[in-house]
Amino acid sequence: MSIAISLNEVRKSFGPTEIIRGVNLNIEKGERHAIIGPNGAGKSTLFHLVSGRYNLSGGSVSLNGEEISNLPPYEIYRKGLSRSFQVTNIFPMMSVFENVRCGIMWSKDYKYSFWHLVDRERELNERTQEVLAEIGLTDRQHVPAGVLTYAEQRALEIGIASAGGADVIMLDEPTAGMSHSETDQAIALIRKITEGKTLVMVEHDMGVVFDLADRISVLVYGEIIATDTPENIRNNKAVQEAYLGAEAEHA
Amino acid sequence: MSNISSAQSAPGSSLFKVFRPWIFLAVLLIILPFIFSSGISVYTMNLMGIFIIFALSYNMLLGQGGMLSFGHAVYFGLGGFMSVHFMNYIEYEIFILPMFLVPIFGGIIGLIFAVIIGSFSTRRAGTVFAMISLGIGELVAASSLIFVAFFGGEEGVSGDRTMGPNVLGFDYATDVEVYYLIAIWAFITIALMYMFSRTPMGRMANAVRDNEERAEFIGYSQRKVRFISFCASGFFAGIAGGLFAINFEIVTEENLNALTSGVVLLMAYIGGVGFFIGPIIGAVVFTLLQTLLSNYTEIWQLYVGVLFVLTVMYAPQGLTGILAMHLPVIRMKRVGPLLMPYLRIGIPTIICLIGLVGLLETVHHVRSMPADQTMMSLAGLEFDTHSVLPWVIMVVFTVVGGFVAKSQAPQFREAWEEAHAPVSSDGGSAK
Repeated sequence: MSIAISLNEVRKSFGPTEIIRGVNLNIEKGERHAIIGPNGAGKSTLFHLVSGRYNLSGGSVSLNGEEISNLPPYEIYRKGLSRSFQVTNIFPMMSVFENVRCGIMWSKDYKYSFWHLVDRERELNERTQEVLAEIGLTDRQHVPAGVLTYAEQRALEIGIASAGGADVIMLDEPTAGMSHSETDQAIALIRKITEGKTLVMVEHDMGVVFDLADRISVLVYGEIIATDTPENIRNNKAVQEAYLGAEAEHA
Repeated sequence: MSNISSAQSAPGSSLFKVFRPWIFLAVLLIILPFIFSSGISVYTMNLMGIFIIFALSYNMLLGQGGMLSFGHAVYFGLGGFMSVHFMNYIEYEIFILPMFLVPIFGGIIGLIFAVIIGSFSTRRAGTVFAMISLGIGELVAASSLIFVAFFGGEEGVSGDRTMGPNVLGFDYATDVEVYYLIAIWAFITIALMYMFSRTPMGRMANAVRDNEERAEFIGYSQRKVRFISFCASGFFAGIAGGLFAINFEIVTEENLNALTSGVVLLMAYIGGVGFFIGPIIGAVVFTLLQTLLSNYTEIWQLYVGVLFVLTVMYAPQGLTGILAMHLPVIRMKRVGPLLMPYLRIGIPTIICLIGLVGLLETVHHVRSMPADQTMMSLAGLEFDTHSVLPWVIMVVFTVVGGFVAKSQAPQFREAWEEAHAPVSSDGGSAK
């Protein structure tokens, strides 16, 4: 299998504080990869570095063998990497339908067109309806996205990220703040949309991680201390000490 | 218009349904001068048409793109100056061109300047954009008094719209002919601006307005989206300026200074920036206030200002927002139960307003007239501003009206909520 995302000595500091301290990670094409770690380990920062929201302080990132370090987010998206956000990040005043449709437009090659009328583009609208059906928001499509319930907004968040058909999808805590039944639905949804694609996710819910992930990386204080299959991670001494142990103490 | 909200039309809607508002608009534009044929009303409608285009172009920035501009008159004014120069070129037969094409050149100069200024001002939205627009507005207004050759100094540049080849016998000697010229341009530009809002570009302008960061993560550069909106907006503002030049045959520095920039902001906001037709309603209301109210009172600008402040504070969706709030009530056929509450709160409010207006007008009269001229007439009533009784009556009107209106507020709110309570089948669709 070839490599989808490759991180090479990636570093990020905010002022004197180094948050990401030399991360090396290869994520293979088609795998579901989870990044776990205690609070403040830098998981979200790592996501922002890969997706272009932050600039790197050092090292390099490549996507499908192509260098994407420090490119603006829209360039990275156009190369086939799409992401969702931990804090819901949608277009609140636009309808749910419009939210999804905007997520599809670039992939359908409309670019900045002002010579197509969106309502007349049958294929675009059909694809939008497909995505809406996938995320279970068909009934709510005319509602402004800002008035959706939390769980619905999370589903829409994932829908926008996956709508454009990117090969690599990064989800930042997709089930954060959800109830058990909502989490189960979210897992099913993630499974469905990432079929045949590469998934990278940050997740706190160990149930979700061990259920979904093919491989897990453990990030502690800006360094990856282990990358392995769920089974091996569970039995990894260092991981237990650094992370799962800490969790157990809390419990 | 059925498409006042941003909801997309159902894919299955018939062609007639899509075009109904446009047919309505076209018929309305054609028959208006037959209904309102007096000189003042044609003058007012011409101004309205120009301001409608101008306000809609402004809303491409504020309502559609989330860019608060304090210098939009630059593109209007420059378009106007370019057009008036073209009118003179036609007069001196440097170009042979029918007069009705002149606004295009206004649009082109608006577009050129929008490209130049937008290339750096659209980098960021919010405060940065607003400050740059203010600075550019002042800069251009100041240079208009310096570059006399193009801007004509303080007296401006004047032209003659009756020159050039006649097409279909129109020589624009009368205001009604100009009315139809403006009406055709208004129809075309309203349609184009509406269609622009329904293109991928127009949709992304809304997306960037809502959440510029997320727009970048679905493939669009927020800067480029803003830039394209900005250019389109400048183009249409320039066309409005060109029509202004044809209508008034003179363009001065006043047409590109901060005052005009403020007026267009006022129009768009009072009408409602969240709706496509908001600025149209705003432009109509503003022009009516400007031309009609100014016949009756010298302090009409105060009333416009108060209306603006009240809109910002209590109806941020503008007049169109207030109308749109009534749509579900009308659709559910619940207007009847609302009538009484409206009367109960409306009559005292009107009494309060009469008192307030009376006080304002009388104070203005006392301050602005010579000391010996104490008689004034207000709405046909003659009274002495130095006697006590009129003041007492007006204060009583204001206080009692205000108090009664306030006491009616709870029952009104209750009736309002009752009228809006969803029926079981209503899916809670907003707006």
